[in-house]
Amino acid sequence: MTRIVVVGAGQAGIGVAEALRTTGSSAEITVIGGEEHLPYERPPLSKEMLLGKATVDDLRLRSADWYRTHAVDLRLSTWVERIDRQGRTVVLADQAPLGYDHLVLATGSRPRRLPVPGADLDGVLNLATPSDSLELRHRLSRAGSVVVVGAGFIGLEVAAAATTMGLRPVVVELADRVLARVAGPVLSDHVAARHADRGVDLRLGTGVVELRGADGRVTHVVLSTGEVLPADLVVVGVGSVPSDGLAVDAGLDCADGVLVDPTLRTSDPAVSAIGDCARFPLGGQPTRLESVQNAADQARHVAARLSGDDSGAPYREVAWFWSTQSDLKLQMVGVPGAQDEEVVRGDPATGRFSVFRYSGGVLTCVESVNHAPGHLLGRRLLAAGRSPSREQAADPGFDLKAFAAAPAPVARAQQSAVTS
Amino acid sequence: MPMIAFVQPDGSRREVQAPVGTSVMKNAVLNDVPGIVAECGGSLMCATCHVYVDPADAHRVPPPDEDEDEMLEVAAAERRETSRLSCQLTVDDGLEGMTVHVPEGQA
Ligand SMILES: Cc1cc2nc3c(=O)[nH]c(=O)nc-3n(C[C@H](O)[C@H](O)[C@H](O)COP(=O)(O)OP(=O)(O)OC[C@H]3O[C@@H](n4cnc5c(N)ncnc54)[C@H](O)[C@@H]3O)c2cc1C
Ligand code: FES
Repeated sequence: MTRIVVVGAGQAGIGVAEALRTTGSSAEITVIGGEEHLPYERPPLSKEMLLGKATVDDLRLRSADWYRTHAVDLRLSTWVERIDRQGRTVVLADQAPLGYDHLVLATGSRPRRLPVPGADLDGVLNLATPSDSLELRHRLSRAGSVVVVGAGFIGLEVAAAATTMGLRPVVVELADRVLARVAGPVLSDHVAARHADRGVDLRLGTGVVELRGADGRVTHVVLSTGEVLPADLVVVGVGSVPSDGLAVDAGLDCADGVLVDPTLRTSDPAVSAIGDCARFPLGGQPTRLESVQNAADQARHVAARLSGDDSGAPYREVAWFWSTQSDLKLQMVGVPGAQDEEVVRGDPATGRFSVFRYSGGVLTCVESVNHAPGHLLGRRLLAAGRSPSREQAADPGFDLKAFAAAPAPVARAQQSAVTS
Repeated sequence: MPMIAFVQPDGSRREVQAPVGTSVMKNAVLNDVPGIVAECGGSLMCATCHVYVDPADAHRVPPPDEDEDEMLEVAAAERRETSRLSCQLTVDDGLEGMTVHVPEGQA
């Protein structure tokens, strides 16, 4: 029987096991996870769980029984120490080595540390695990002055939770707008304004140069402007780094993530890599994405291949992501270009709208604020490769659902549609 | 605990005991009912938890709110009169014995 070993029992790793069983695979499946909890969803760690509305048990991806009834050998609290590619085995911390016919790396990512003096003081927190979330909630409930470093999704979600708990956090961001890496200016400005309304003090274009403390505890944050902010809690949300150490040590090609081909195989065809840890070709560009969708869809893709789909089909699902920040529900689909033109559909003043982004006249990305239907239409359009004209996108009376569902026009008609 | 029945497009039926206060979606997922994808985990953002409440039970659930109504418009499978997003249906004792039908596709 084929032995499939998966390293990492997160969204991607469990996704592989699940998709293998759904497709009727009879392979021997072992999933090895370093964490102690039954596999769980991570997004609520900075949302419901931080607000005390969910416990780690509520976040389980599958019931404990599921693994047994589906013959998935789930080994929790177990770290893979090394991969022996010659011998096709993985070496575990304190168990017998495990042989594999195919190995799937789904090791995820971990928070980037703040590269400044004082980053290891007590009271400086990252958010990546349930215990981080509980600890952060506990500290937020007692904090006087909170500084969040980084205005990406996690930083802004934490800031939103802090305001809900009655705090007025300062958010420090190096870029000149929030969500600069992932969103366009229209969305950034809207989101920044809503956080400011809720009492968040945003410092854009500003770096953190040092954290100061007393008796090992953080007390102040020194900004690049020279200003010194009081802080008894500092939350760091400055991005993540892929957990690709096993792959690097095993001599697999890596470049800030495990490099994979369009079918998600690494430089060793007996090893695949998926989810946050993998860097895959997207529009010709080696790309690493951190989202539930990416983890789940890549898991399904690899499972299909391992179940005998030998079409060599490349992975090409449309990427999407969501974030909830107090009363803001943000959803984005597609991969933005650097110089996108933006078309707004709906009225931002109502708090419900979408931004259609175009690169060279072609739709690349749709961002939605409290407007899930716009997001779903964006997904349909991008999946179908259909690009409404900018006028059509801006016209709320134009039926995008019908447009997305209509058979694709011949190439020339498409051309004139996008350039009209 | 109320019992909720899930019926697949092929007619196969699964009954689950659903704790009061949980969503119908969560019960489907934790009991491994096929066809309820629920990729957003119940945040009313994905419409992949679409079900058809059995017409005989339709009067037992409150009507969808405006957001759910809009999302149902863009669900993958055809919208019918009793279409609902199962993450928005909260189990209570009044739902004992309710039947919901799982559509052909969610994505
Ligand atoms: C606070 C937070 C909020 C988020 N919010 C959202 C959101 O709103 N929407 C969204 O789409 N995405 C969100 N994300 C991102 C999303 O959670 C990740 O993209 C997704 O979990 C990636 O899945 P994965 O399986 O690749 O990695 P993970 O889920 O991180 O799983 C990897 C697992 O592998 C284990 N592992 C690593 N190395 C080893 C080893 N050597 N041996 C054994 N086990 C190992 C790790 O311990 C970990 O449990 C959020 C992430 C965080 C941290
Ligand atoms: S689970 Fe996503 S809308 Fe119900």
